[in-house]
Amino acid sequence: MSWKRIWVMFKARNYEFFRDKAAFGWNFLFPFLIIAGFAITFGERDFSGYKVGVFPSVTEKVDFSRTNLPEKFRRTEHLQFIGFPDLAAGLEKLRHHQIDFLVRQDSTTPQYWQLGASPKGDLVERLFQAGFVKEQSGFGIKELVPGTEIRYIDWLFPGILGMNMMFSALWGVGYVVVRYRKNGVLKRLKATPLTAFEYLTAQAVSRFFLLIFTLIVVWIGADLLFSFHMVGSYFDLLVVFSLGGLCLTSIGLLLAARGTSEEFTSGALNFLAWPMMFLSEVWFSLEGAPQWVRHFAEFLPLTHLLRAARKIMNDGASLAQVGTECLALIGVTLVCLVLGAALFSWNE
Amino acid sequence: MSIPMLEVRNLVKRYREVEAVAGISFAIRPGICFGLLGPNGAGKTTALEVIEGIIPPTSGEILFSGAPRTASFREEVGIQFQHTTLLDFLTVRDTLVTFRNLYRDAESLDYLVELCSLQEILGNMNNKISGGQSQRLMLALALLNKPKLVFLDEPSTGLDPQARHHLWEIVRSIREQGKTIVLTTHAMDEAEYLCDEIAIMDHGRIIAQGSPVDLVHRHCGGTIISLPRENVTIPLAGIPLPLREVNGLLEITVERIDLGLETLLGLKIDLSEMTVHSPDLEDVFIHLTGRKLRE
Repeated sequence: MSWKRIWVMFKARNYEFFRDKAAFGWNFLFPFLIIAGFAITFGERDFSGYKVGVFPSVTEKVDFSRTNLPEKFRRTEHLQFIGFPDLAAGLEKLRHHQIDFLVRQDSTTPQYWQLGASPKGDLVERLFQAGFVKEQSGFGIKELVPGTEIRYIDWLFPGILGMNMMFSALWGVGYVVVRYRKNGVLKRLKATPLTAFEYLTAQAVSRFFLLIFTLIVVWIGADLLFSFHMVGSYFDLLVVFSLGGLCLTSIGLLLAARGTSEEFTSGALNFLAWPMMFLSEVWFSLEGAPQWVRHFAEFLPLTHLLRAARKIMNDGASLAQVGTECLALIGVTLVCLVLGAALFSWNE
Repeated sequence: MSIPMLEVRNLVKRYREVEAVAGISFAIRPGICFGLLGPNGAGKTTALEVIEGIIPPTSGEILFSGAPRTASFREEVGIQFQHTTLLDFLTVRDTLVTFRNLYRDAESLDYLVELCSLQEILGNMNNKISGGQSQRLMLALALLNKPKLVFLDEPSTGLDPQARHHLWEIVRSIREQGKTIVLTTHAMDEAEYLCDEIAIMDHGRIIAQGSPVDLVHRHCGGTIISLPRENVTIPLAGIPLPLREVNGLLEITVERIDLGLETLLGLKIDLSEMTVHSPDLEDVFIHLTGRKLRE
C-alpha cells in the first residue's frame, strides 16, 4: 500500500468537489434552505392549534359581541377562530380541510359541522361540548415541566444535518464512482499502479473530510441564524457525526462496488435513502408508529446516527450513553467496507 | 536472438457465446512498432486490453520480457485507451501531476509537455479541451512512467488530418527513443506509416503477419487495375487474369501493366473509369477476406 498514491487521489477528489461550483454550492445551500424553511413554517408562526370557522361574521376576525358561543370555548388556547359570512362559505373551507370545525354563532341551540373522518374535528367537538359544562376546580394536579423548552427546530436540526450527510455520502461516492466506471476514468486509473484498496481508501477519506467540513460550515451558519440549543459536548457530537459519515460513506462504496448503469445506481440509492428519510426520524418521531415500522427503523444506520446526535444535543448525553448507537454505526461501516472492497471492480 | 518484449501464446477471450479473441499468438521484438490492423469488431481492442491486464483472458499465456506479468508490469508499461475520460474538474497540469505521482519513477513533466505540445492548455480543465488535445494528453499520460512498452489503442480515431499527422510524428519520435510500441488501428495508412510489423486481425484471429512491405508482396504482387463491374459484359471466366469483385468494382491483378491492358483491350472490355494502383494493406485485407477494412 502506498500512502503517497492515496494522498494523490484524495487531493484529486477534493479538487473536483471544490471546483464543481454547482455541486459545491448545493451541498451548503440545501441544508440552509431546509432549516430556514422549517424555521419560518414552524418557528415564527403564532398559531399551531386547530382552526374553527364561525358564521355569520362580516369580517374574518370574528366579532364575539353578540355571539351565543360559550365563553369557555372561545377562550380555549390553541383554537383559532376564522369568520365566514354564511354557511356555504364555511362549508367550502371545511370540505377542503382548511378549517377543522364550523359553528353557527347566532343560534340558541348549538349547531356545528365537522368532517366525519377528521380527528381534529372530533377533538374540537369535544372542546365545544365541554364549553357548555361548568369547569371543575381542583381537578388533578398540574405541574409545568421545568427547563428550556426544546423547539421543533432544535429537534429537527440534527435530522437535517444527518440527511444532508446521507445524500452527500451516498451520491458523492456511490453515484460518482459508478459514473467514473461508466465513462472510463476508473479504467484509466487501473492502468496505473494504483490498487483498488488505495483508490477506495482515498475516496472514503476524501468524502469523510468533505462531509465533516460541510457539517461544520452548515452548523456554524445555521447556529448564527437560529441559535440552536446544545446541551452536550461538541466533541462527542463530532465523534458521532464522524462515525455516521464513515458509515454512510461505506454504504456508498458498497453500492458503487460494481455496475456501470447510472440509472440502476440512482434507483438503488433512492431505494436506500428514502426509507431512511422517513423512518429514521429525520422529520418526525416514530412514537406511536406500528411496532414493525419501529423495528425496521432499527436496521437503518441513520436512525442510530440521529438518535445519538439528539441525545447529545438535546439531552446532554455522553459518548458512553450513546455507545449502542456508536457500535451499530461501526458495525455497519466494517461490514460495508469489507464487502465493498471484496466486490469492487474497476470496469465491470 | 533477443528475448521478445512481449509474447502472446494462444490467447483466447470468450464472452458467453462470443469468442472475441480466438487463439492469437505473436511475439514482439524490443524497439519496434507493432500494429494490430483490422476492421471494427475484429477483436483488436479486446486483445490489447487482455494483454494490458485490464480484462482477464479466458486462456492463453502472456509473457513480458520473457516472464509472466507481475505487479510491477504497470510500472513498466504505458497505456492509451481508445475510449476513456479524465476527471472533469482537474486542469491538464493537475492531471499530469496526479498521474505522475502514482508512479515510482516518472518522466520530467517539461519534457512531456513539449513532446506532446501541451504548453498552451496546461491551465485548461480536462472538460474544456478538444479531441486532438485530449488524445495528446492521453499519450502524455501513457508516457509518464518512462515505459519500455507503450500500448496505443486507435490513437488517431476522431482526429482531423492535421492533428492525426501531428500525433503520428509524436509516435514516431517515441519509437526513435527505442521504446516498443503496440498499436491497434483500422487505418491502413496509419499502419503503413508507423508500424515495422503488422498482424492483420479478423473475427478474433490473426490472418496474416509480417512487415507492411512483406505482406503486400506476399499477398498482392503486381499492379491492380480497377473497373466498374458493368464495363465487363463477357463472362468473368473468359478473362485470363487473376481478378475479384469488390463493392461493384472488378479488381484485376497484373504482373505488367502494359500486358494486362493489352489483354483487356483484346477482349473488347470498356476501360472508361479505369484506375490503376499499386497494392497496399487494404488490398491485402481484401485479398484475405473478400471485404474492405472499413466495411
